[in-house]
Amino acid sequence: MIAGWRLLTAKQKKQQQQAENAAEGGSSAAKKKKVTAAQLRVQKDLSELSLGSTMSTDFPDPDDILSFILYIEPDEGMYKGGRFSFTFNITPSFPHEPPKVLCREKIYHPNIDLEGKVCLNILREDWKPVLNLNAVIVGLQFLFLEPNASDPLNKEAAEDLRNNREGFKRNVKQAMAGGSVRGETYQRVLI
Amino acid sequence: MASAQVYPASEPARWIYLDRIRTRPGPFTNPDIYSGEQVAAAMETMKILVIGAGGLGCELLKNLALSGFKDIHVIDMDTIDISNLNRQFLFRQADVGKSKAEVAARFVEKRVKGVKITPHNCRIQDFDEDFYMQFQLVVCGLDSIEARRWINATLINMVDEEVEDSYKPLIDGGTEGFKGQARVIFPTVTSCIECQLDMHAPRAAVPLCTLASIPRQPEHCVEWAHVIAWDQEKPFPELDKDDPEHITWLYQKALARAQEFNISGVTYSLTQGVVKNIIPAIAATNSVIAAACCNEALKIASNCAPFLGLPEENYMMYSGNDSVYTYTFKHEKKDDCPVCGQLARDLAVDPAWTLRELVESFAARPEAQLKKPSLRAEGKTLYMQSPPSLEAQTRPNLDKTLTELGLEAGQEIGVTDPAFATVLFKFKLKFKQ
Repeated sequence: MIAGWRLLTAKQKKQQQQAENAAEGGSSAAKKKKVTAAQLRVQKDLSELSLGSTMSTDFPDPDDILSFILYIEPDEGMYKGGRFSFTFNITPSFPHEPPKVLCREKIYHPNIDLEGKVCLNILREDWKPVLNLNAVIVGLQFLFLEPNASDPLNKEAAEDLRNNREGFKRNVKQAMAGGSVRGETYQRVLI
Repeated sequence: MASAQVYPASEPARWIYLDRIRTRPGPFTNPDIYSGEQVAAAMETMKILVIGAGGLGCELLKNLALSGFKDIHVIDMDTIDISNLNRQFLFRQADVGKSKAEVAARFVEKRVKGVKITPHNCRIQDFDEDFYMQFQLVVCGLDSIEARRWINATLINMVDEEVEDSYKPLIDGGTEGFKGQARVIFPTVTSCIECQLDMHAPRAAVPLCTLASIPRQPEHCVEWAHVIAWDQEKPFPELDKDDPEHITWLYQKALARAQEFNISGVTYSLTQGVVKNIIPAIAATNSVIAAACCNEALKIASNCAPFLGLPEENYMMYSGNDSVYTYTFKHEKKDDCPVCGQLARDLAVDPAWTLRELVESFAARPEAQLKKPSLRAEGKTLYMQSPPSLEAQTRPNLDKTLTELGLEAGQEIGVTDPAFATVLFKFKLKFKQ
C-alpha cells in the first residue's frame, strides 16, 4: 500500500548502523512495563548525584524514585550545626518541568517562607530541561552558605540580613534552637 | 500519454482536482515509490487518527476529510465551552457542554459525504497499543506537552523492526498566539518529540520572591494568590481550575493584593487566564499550521510529492510575531534521548540468576561494559549504586533471583552508569530456557 516512506525509512535505517536483530517471539508480553521517560531521566540523575559529606537522601519507598527527602547539614556558614530537610516531588513532566521542592521545617531564612517554599531561580523561572537534580541540590546547599537579602520570601529575615548582619546571625542561632524571632516561633533543627 | 492518466476516486465531481494532484505524477514525484493507480484506493481504506478536536483539530478534520481520507478517528476528552466558538468552527452555541470529538465528527461527516469519522470522547491514555496499531498515520493538534510525550513514547515503543506496519508516522502541529510549528516524526528513524523537548518554550515564570514582596503587574497578584495565598489558607481541599468558585476566591485575593500595591488591571478573566496559563489562540495561526500538517499527511499517504520528515528537514517553524517568518530545518535525533535514543535491546538472562549475576554481566557485555550499572524496571528499583541511602535499601536485592524480584520475560529494564553520563541503556529481558 503506502510503501513510499517505508522505503525511505529502510534506506535511512541502513545508514544508521543497526542494533542486533530482534530475537524471535516474546514481544507481546512487553506491552506493559515500559520504563517511562521521566523515570529513566531521574534514574540517570540519581546515579550521577554527588552528595558530598553534608547531604544525604531518604527514599520512603525505594521503588518510587520520583519522591524522596534530601537532608542538608551545612558544615560552614551561619546555618552550620543545623539539619534541614526538603521533600522532592518529581512529576511525569520532568524534565520539562522542575522538581517540586519544599523545606519540611519552619525555618528563619530570607529565601524560604514559613510554608517551606523556596526562592531558587532554577526551581522556577530559570529551570531548563538540561539542568539536573545535581544542579538543584547544589543550589539548595548554596542558599545556606549565602542567604540572599535581595530575593526575599521571608521579608523580616531579609530585612534583618540587610540591615544588621550580626543581628541576623544571632536570630538564625535562636531560630535554629527552636526560639522565636520577631514574634514567630521556629522549629528546632540543631543536630 | 500514460503519465497524464488520472485515476478518479468514487465521487468525481468533488475529487477531480485533488485527483489531478494525487494520482498523476508531477515534477516532484519520486518514480521509484509513486504509483498513481493505487493512491485513491489506498486512501479509501487507510485509517488516520486525529488527536485533539479543538482549534487545530477542527481544522485538521475538515482538511483531511477534503483531502481524500475516508476513515478518520478523532480523540478528545473535552467538552465544548462557549469560549471555543470563535475559532472552533465545527461547534455551535447549542453544542456547548457536548463532547468535542462527537460534535466535530458529526459535523464533518454531514458536510463531506462518504467520509466516516469515529469519535472517542476520552483520554489518549485510555487506549493501549492495540488501538493505535490500527492506524497508518497519526496527526496531533494538542495543547499539552505531556500528551505529546505520551503518544510519542507509545508510537516509538510500538516499533517492531520486523513488522513494517508497526511504524506509524506522527505529524504534530502546535500553535501559541501568532507562532506555530509543524513537524513529522518517523518513530525510531528521525528525531522524536522527546529529542525536541527543548524546542518548547518553558512557561514564563516570575521569581517567587517578586510575587511575595514586590508585585508590579496584575499577573503577579494573581500568581501570588495562586501559589502563596492558596497554600496558606487552603479555602478548598484541592484547587480545581475549572471551578468558578475557586477562581472567584483567587480573583478576590488577587484584587485585594493589587489594591494594596496600587496595581490596576486584575479582573476575573485575567485571573482565569493566568491560573490556567491560557495563551490567546489565534484562529488563522491554527489554519496555517493545520494546513501544513494536512498537506504532509496527504503527501505521506500518496507519495505525490516529497514530505517533511525524511530524509532531511523534519521541523517547520512559523512565526507571525514580527511580520512573517518560516524556517524548515532538520532537528537531529539525539543519541541520549531516553525515548528513542536507545531502543530496548534483547537481553538473554536466566530467571534463576541472582541480580548480582545480572549486574556483573553488564561489565562483560561488549556494547555496554558498565562498571557501576544501576538498574530499574517500571515501578521497581532493582539496584541503584547511588545515592548511598538508595544503594543500602536496594543492596538486599542483589542476592535475590530475577524470579524472586518479580521480573518477567519481555519486561524492560533501564540501566544507567555514571561513566556514561549521556547514555541510557534499555534492555528487554528474554528468559533462557
